[in-house]
Amino acid sequence: MAATTTRTRRPGPALRQRRRRPHSVNHPRRSTLLTVLTGLVLVYSLVPLAWLAINATKTQPGLFDSFGLWFDSDFALWSNITDTLTYDDGVFVRWLLNTLLYVVAGAGGATFLAVLGGYALAKFQFPGKRAVFAVVIGAVAVPGTALAVPTFLMFSEMGLTNTPWAVIIPSLISPFGLYLMWVFAADAIPGELLEAARIDGASELRTFFRVSLPLMAPGIVTVLLFTMVATWNNYFLPLIMIKDPDWYPLTLGLNAWNAQASTAGGEAIFNLVITGSLLTILPLIVAFLLLQRYWQSGLAAGSVKE
Amino acid sequence: MTTLSPPTMAGRPAAPPPRKRSTRRRSWVGWGFIAPFMVVFALVFLAPIAYSIYLSLFREQMVGGTSFVGLDNYQRAFDDPKFWEALGRVSLFLVIQVPIMLGIALLVALAIDSGRLYGKNFFRIAIFMPYAVPAVVATLMWGFIYGSRFGLVGNINDTFNVSLPNPLSPDLVLASIGNIVTWEFVGYNMLIFYAALRVIPHSLYEAAEIDGASQLRMITAIKLPAIRGALVIATIFSIIGSFQLFNEPSILQNLAPNAITTYFTPNLFTYSLSFSGQQHNYAATVAILMGLLTMVVAYVVQLRGMRKEA
Amino acid sequence: MTKTARRALRGVGLATVVALGLTACGSDDGGSGDAGASADEVTQALEEGGEITVWAWEPTLGQVVEDFQAEYPNVKVNLVNAGTANDQYTALQNAMQAGSGVPDVAQIEYYAMGQFSLNESITDLSGFGAGELADSYSPGPWSAVQANDGIYGLPMDSGPMALYYNKDLFDEYGIEVPTTWDEYLQAARDLHEANPNAYMTNDTGDGGFATSMIWQAGGRPYQVDGTEVGIDFSDEGSTRFIDLWQQMLDEDLLAPITSWSDEWFQGMGDGTIASLATGAWMPANLESSLPDGAGSWRVAPLPQWDENAPASAENGGSALTIPDASSKKELAYGFLQYANAGDGVATRLENGAFPATTADLNSEEFLSTEFEYFGGQRANEVFAESAANVADDWSYLPFQVYANSIFNDTAGKAYVSNTTLAEGLAQWQDASRRYGEEQGFTITD
Repeated sequence: MAATTTRTRRPGPALRQRRRRPHSVNHPRRSTLLTVLTGLVLVYSLVPLAWLAINATKTQPGLFDSFGLWFDSDFALWSNITDTLTYDDGVFVRWLLNTLLYVVAGAGGATFLAVLGGYALAKFQFPGKRAVFAVVIGAVAVPGTALAVPTFLMFSEMGLTNTPWAVIIPSLISPFGLYLMWVFAADAIPGELLEAARIDGASELRTFFRVSLPLMAPGIVTVLLFTMVATWNNYFLPLIMIKDPDWYPLTLGLNAWNAQASTAGGEAIFNLVITGSLLTILPLIVAFLLLQRYWQSGLAAGSVKE
Repeated sequence: MTTLSPPTMAGRPAAPPPRKRSTRRRSWVGWGFIAPFMVVFALVFLAPIAYSIYLSLFREQMVGGTSFVGLDNYQRAFDDPKFWEALGRVSLFLVIQVPIMLGIALLVALAIDSGRLYGKNFFRIAIFMPYAVPAVVATLMWGFIYGSRFGLVGNINDTFNVSLPNPLSPDLVLASIGNIVTWEFVGYNMLIFYAALRVIPHSLYEAAEIDGASQLRMITAIKLPAIRGALVIATIFSIIGSFQLFNEPSILQNLAPNAITTYFTPNLFTYSLSFSGQQHNYAATVAILMGLLTMVVAYVVQLRGMRKEA
Repeated sequence: MTKTARRALRGVGLATVVALGLTACGSDDGGSGDAGASADEVTQALEEGGEITVWAWEPTLGQVVEDFQAEYPNVKVNLVNAGTANDQYTALQNAMQAGSGVPDVAQIEYYAMGQFSLNESITDLSGFGAGELADSYSPGPWSAVQANDGIYGLPMDSGPMALYYNKDLFDEYGIEVPTTWDEYLQAARDLHEANPNAYMTNDTGDGGFATSMIWQAGGRPYQVDGTEVGIDFSDEGSTRFIDLWQQMLDEDLLAPITSWSDEWFQGMGDGTIASLATGAWMPANLESSLPDGAGSWRVAPLPQWDENAPASAENGGSALTIPDASSKKELAYGFLQYANAGDGVATRLENGAFPATTADLNSEEFLSTEFEYFGGQRANEVFAESAANVADDWSYLPFQVYANSIFNDTAGKAYVSNTTLAEGLAQWQDASRRYGEEQGFTITD
């Protein structure tokens, strides 16, 4: 759909060409075979998710005595949702709000830093520039599990453990976001435009906000998408840093619920874990769908270049 | 610290070289823009790494306290069969799983980009969706599917009266993990390739079409060379991901404790050393060795990727 | 920007200093154990009030904290579930190492206490008069909280073992409840023969279970004297268990299902798993996780090796401890007393916990409780008898948490390959010894 809109914006020759040859590069013939083959990958991607959706409709006993990929006789989705949201004084809602905070601050901040950094790498020549990305890749290559304890000790010394900062600050770094913005800025912002702005006497900051940022908008949405998912699903670091369940993100909370069954006297609430999981990924899927239009056009940045 | 920025790595940035360099003036202005990133980066990556390097020179014991041991920990790692076993396993994983995953991702990206699919928007978002599933949730789902008693595998066995091998047996568990990783990241990589494909100027296709090039020819002659940068960077990130394999085996360990040892992957090994074993110093040593090794492999891949382009 | 960078660097420097400093303290401190307060001082602290943080995952403590705060209105208790078992120990170790964020009270399982008592990172409670409580607790848990002539916690619950079995299933296949392990083995064969889908029990290798079984069989593989540690799985008691379990393995009588997985709950629900030998804390879990099993399940004494000398063992159970870094030890001890020796015990019993206190174990009310889940059976009689029969002289390693974590690396091979259990345990023994040596322990043979 967006492909069409991008195309229609394009001037004369393409339009003429399209009229002459209906199944051109721009409007190829749909292929059932290709759709079916790609459909296999689709099924592969969706079956486990279907399991999640189906099992969110089951009661705790129903989970254990019904076939996994089909519904149980009781349809308990609504009561599961109510129970999930109200269990333990509605702590799930608190976790949801925490997660939102971490995502807004973490993913928002990560995107902002990546945009600034990617822009610098793409459009400026500065001392040490060549080393920057190598250092980033090199550091990312060190296994994070072993860095957790040193990081914990540092953060503890700075008084950041058990606070939202301990989750937000590490989330601010997205090496992949930096790379994407680098590539994107290199392509999307014509050097001439920057030159022109500078000749007009605009400061670098003003040029960035007025000229470059709007051009990068589609790439920004894509990076935001990646960082949002990463922050939303962040598990390992909060596990080390956060001990107060009031500051748990959803992933830690769900894990605590899941672990609850195996403690002496603990109540098994697998049905709430599953329903909670479903509720956890739903906002992300909604965000994808809402952002779809933007990242769609963002990914089709070709129009900028032509 | 110097080991972290091998000059060789910096020689060729992984990105496709930007075309125009007219706007580049060598000045510190660029630092103004990248500084916020680098400051946070130094705090959450470089400082802990520096601290780990420091830690790797000591040994702390429950009885006897801490002592400086120089490079003993490194020597120990080189002599440690567990370390080599873990490394061998992720290397095997790397050479098999990464090509499969990236291959599928590339094919799907090409299929969606070709415009020949019905409902391509749905495909794109649906295939990306597994990336959104948190590890805890993935455990439950795959635990169910792999269950040879009550799970999907068990159900298939009962229904069709066959006996599929247990996916969680020691022989198959690595493949089962590969499957989960593929499931999680096909969509992610697909999106990266798709994004790169979308920025190819359409004028190139039109020119090729006028020349009567076939679809296949267009893919090999135009599309693949144009997204080489994305392929290289996706490969590098996948290599890092493979060497750091942790979440999936750690989760499946609960279901297959005898098939997945505490030193199944280097990252599980450091985790077990650091968290159950209180051996922070040795864990830091193993982590640094793995970091160095990953960089070397990533660098070699990058060199090869770029050479082909030349 | 530069400010942040400097701050970051300072962070590294400080962290390093702290880490080193702490380690130095740790080795100086060994054996000081001078913390303490009289009963009056504890009472006074409770009246003056203050705020304490409790790290525990035990579900019944919530009500106890509420009651405690009602009784001592000036005291505020922050009850934090900082993770279950190992997650919490990791958090505790990290906080202790960082020197901040350490709670005032921490729940620690008996098998993990050695790791914390060894370097006195938890407080010896002798100075608070904890020794006077010796007779209040049953012998198993009481010996579990002691190390190096100190008392490092107050027992919260205990896990004398019993055999939980699915009576309906036993009846269906005409299986008698086994009273000896020989009978148990035969029953396992009969059951599996009658229904190849049914198993006497499940096991995929669990260090905690194996050590409890060896404990009951009379094995004493661990000899711990301060920093001298002996590890040997070739004694007679260990061998008894090994032989039995090897037979179970050889004849495929163990369901290859890992405990606490959802397959496990399913297996107990649908008759795949017919019995479980585990601690007395299990009923609450059965009631909440397997509600449909109500009426089908019963409790029997653990099968015996020698019917004339009944013996039992503990599986699980935990104590409340006071980390050495706490600055409110009097208040913390006041809470420990309330929760584990005072009124809190009754509250916790009502909510399904199993006591470690002899007064409760012997009380008529407790013993006569009829468990609806077990078809009206007075299950506590079975548990109390087991508690009284717990064999003594057992000790865990000071690094049992790590040792158990590598059980499946070594002994676990016996469950999935041709390695025998004896060979597997020998490998476990070697790996544990090696770790002990690395940690500076003297390993004796």
